Amino acid sequence: MILDIYSFSTLTASINKELHAAMAPWLAVLTEFVLIGLLFLLFYAILGLFLVYLERKVCAVMQNRIGPNRVGKWGIFQTIADFIKLITKELIPIKNADDFLFNLAPFIVIITSFMVMAALPFAKGLQALDFNIGIFYIIAVSSLGVVGILIAGWSSNSKYSLIGAMRSGAQVVSYELSVGLSLLAIVVFSGSMQLSTIVESQANGWWIFKGHIPALIAFVIYLIASTAEINRGPFDLAEAESELTAGFHTEYSGIKFAFFFLAEYINMFIVAAIAATLFFGGWMPLHIDHWEAFNRVMDYIPSIIWFFGKTFFIIYLIMWFKWTFPRLRIDQLLNLEWKYLLPLSLLNIVLISFVVLMGWYF
Amino acid sequence: MNSIIEYFTDIYKGVSSLWAGMRVTGRYFVSPGEIVTEQYPENRATLKMEERFKGEVVMPHDENNQHLCTGCGICELNCPNGSIEIITKKVPNEEGKMVRVIDEHIYHLSMCTFCELCIKTCPSNAIEWGQDFEHAVFDRSKLDKVLNKPGSSLKKKEAKS
Amino acid sequence: MSDEVIKNIIVREDEDYIINMGPQHPSTHGVLRLEVCLNGETVNYLTPHIGYIHRSIEKMCESDTYKQIIHLSDRMDYLSSHMNNEAICLAVENALEVEVPLRVKYIRVALDELSRIASHHLWWSAFGMDLGALTAFFYGMRDREKILAIFEESFGSRLLHSFNTPGGLMHDVHPNFQKHIMEFVHYFRKKLPEYKQLLTDNVIFHNRTKGIGNMTRETAIAFGVTGPSGRGSGFSCDVRKTAPYGLYDEIKFNEILHDKGDSFARYLVRMEEMEESLNILEYVADNIPEGDFTAKMKPIVKLPEGEYFQRVETARGELSVYIVSDGKKFPYRIKFRSPNFSNLFVLNTLAKGGLIADLVAISGSLDLVIPDIDR
Repeated sequence: MILDIYSFSTLTASINKELHAAMAPWLAVLTEFVLIGLLFLLFYAILGLFLVYLERKVCAVMQNRIGPNRVGKWGIFQTIADFIKLITKELIPIKNADDFLFNLAPFIVIITSFMVMAALPFAKGLQALDFNIGIFYIIAVSSLGVVGILIAGWSSNSKYSLIGAMRSGAQVVSYELSVGLSLLAIVVFSGSMQLSTIVESQANGWWIFKGHIPALIAFVIYLIASTAEINRGPFDLAEAESELTAGFHTEYSGIKFAFFFLAEYINMFIVAAIAATLFFGGWMPLHIDHWEAFNRVMDYIPSIIWFFGKTFFIIYLIMWFKWTFPRLRIDQLLNLEWKYLLPLSLLNIVLISFVVLMGWYF
Repeated sequence: MNSIIEYFTDIYKGVSSLWAGMRVTGRYFVSPGEIVTEQYPENRATLKMEERFKGEVVMPHDENNQHLCTGCGICELNCPNGSIEIITKKVPNEEGKMVRVIDEHIYHLSMCTFCELCIKTCPSNAIEWGQDFEHAVFDRSKLDKVLNKPGSSLKKKEAKS
Repeated sequence: MSDEVIKNIIVREDEDYIINMGPQHPSTHGVLRLEVCLNGETVNYLTPHIGYIHRSIEKMCESDTYKQIIHLSDRMDYLSSHMNNEAICLAVENALEVEVPLRVKYIRVALDELSRIASHHLWWSAFGMDLGALTAFFYGMRDREKILAIFEESFGSRLLHSFNTPGGLMHDVHPNFQKHIMEFVHYFRKKLPEYKQLLTDNVIFHNRTKGIGNMTRETAIAFGVTGPSGRGSGFSCDVRKTAPYGLYDEIKFNEILHDKGDSFARYLVRMEEMEESLNILEYVADNIPEGDFTAKMKPIVKLPEGEYFQRVETARGELSVYIVSDGKKFPYRIKFRSPNFSNLFVLNTLAKGGLIADLVAISGSLDLVIPDIDR
């Protein structure tokens, strides 16, 4: 089926074997942990910087502008320059702020986004953690980030931050439901919660094609709800700059602000990656049943390219919304969830179960 | 039943209106030819300001280092902000009579509001707009300019023909 | 004071949850401070604090000649600087009973309408940005740039063009003036549908603005809300119609009226006003006659002793100039009735009981220019 030349499992298995041969088992496992951690750290930093650059360029072109174009060719080093500026900035202490919580909040936000990343299958054989309850883990961990936002808003002793954090809390708690239900759609289709199994189940076609209408509805709901969950426009009420200056991170400066900023972009990547994995087959190339020649040609494209291509397509969709729509109001936001998305996704689940029972999918 | 139909038509109308907006931004995304940004410091060579552009007040001098300013002080009188100061001196002319000529025509660019009254009211058209707009300097005193060049003199009126 | 105004007088209590919007805040478009008392997200009341950009323009006018006043009036409502100039020029011309040439009248109308469109562009951009649609900002600015280019070509400046002078214009417009206006009219007619797709028809935008900040006709009259904000409440207050000046009694155009009185009605009034202005521009640009660009005036303008009054319609409402002259070359007293001052103080009535997000949508739809409030 899939060509093994692009599989990372041989590479990872050989590293594992070498390490075990060289040192005690516990030391080998520890080394592996550290290695993977460092890899993720590096990936995280590069990805964050690249996404910020990408967003600035995409929105610039949409707005008839050029975007960053000063640092390096086409401004590709702009975000690196910004990052250097941010880490050299002063960390301003806030009067009457709860210092411990104030300093803790950025780490909670950034650690949760780290944890989700571990479960993502980046390519064939390139997945740090392959749980049998992968989706459950992702939903559980990704909703922890809001705790960091709430703490940030509460501890920074600012009214803007507090209002922003409370908005964010209400928003994430409600949209969590739709995200879960729309992901459940794919779980029902594939009959598994393990991400690797879900990807394998799409070898003869992606779920968005195989599952036709219900999968499409689930995808749209997932896209809306997850955009709301990561506090991006048009659902960026937590940091609505025309109302609350910067919302929950009004009082943060320097590297602590950079953490929030990075986490926001990484969350966008995570959301897009989950959508790509569940609906668009993750690293699975585009396969169409019984078209053997076509499938073989598709297999020659490495799986990691498939994964990132799909993810960046969805990231582009999310950016496209953000730079088109006005922001919703808090009550309309909750209306949208409880009156439209939640009933629709519940209906959709019933529909999917019916479709699966009758075998009406490809 | 009606309310259910309304519910779904609402969704349809909402989604289609959102799609209309996304089409606009999407169209600009795929046609980057419509970018309107001017890349300013790079296009310095080609950047040509309009000939009426109010950059600063200048006093044109001809090739003999001569200008038209008689030092009458009307521009100073007309300036609402006091951004023009005329300093005159008395020098003897060819016949030995002492006449008043301009010593320094001081122009405080920092106080100018570009209302054009000085240029409009100058009886001898000695001053006009210059098109230079890059006025950023490190010291405020550099914005106090002397418009007549050192050693310049009043251009003789040509005999009326 | 009318009852409507009196019942809105505010008493602040000690336990109120106060949040300051401004003077440095992204949504106030200038140095306006709104002291907002909140109950959760709901606005209990708000107090506007003004004066952060007070420059005592009225007092400065008392030591300037009538020609020098023009450039000060530019700096009140910087987006309708041409209309501000015109108000003073018309007052002085009427006082001296000077008949300005027809060409000047045509050019003044053209500039009025260009300034109005440019100002509405900026309002549209900023309103979109207030509501979170950042792309709208750039589209509005892009189209406004075309008008500013026309201004720059003719007057040499883009925003504060002290181009009027008592008796006419400072100098003639650029030869390409008419051609470029027609180009702009065609260009903008093509771009207007985009505005409609991006905001006017957008369902989120409807939800954010419809039924928000309801202002009845009575409230509008009681607070003296004029301009598009007043006309959104069905208050027919277009000075171009009610007290025509210049050429407006000869030009056919419609006064845009909507009677809903919410933010969306005010939005629609401005959008339709832009189209109406395009029609006026099209007519005017075709018909500018040849002639002088200024009437014969004495070098020093002295108004005869007395009181003079002139009102004009700026992009934001009615601007009145009241001049008291004691026969000298400086005015004895000059008073401006600026539209934004009245428009601001209705904000409490409109925003009370709404959410913070509504406050932004309302203050955006009132289209406030802060330097005009403080003067």
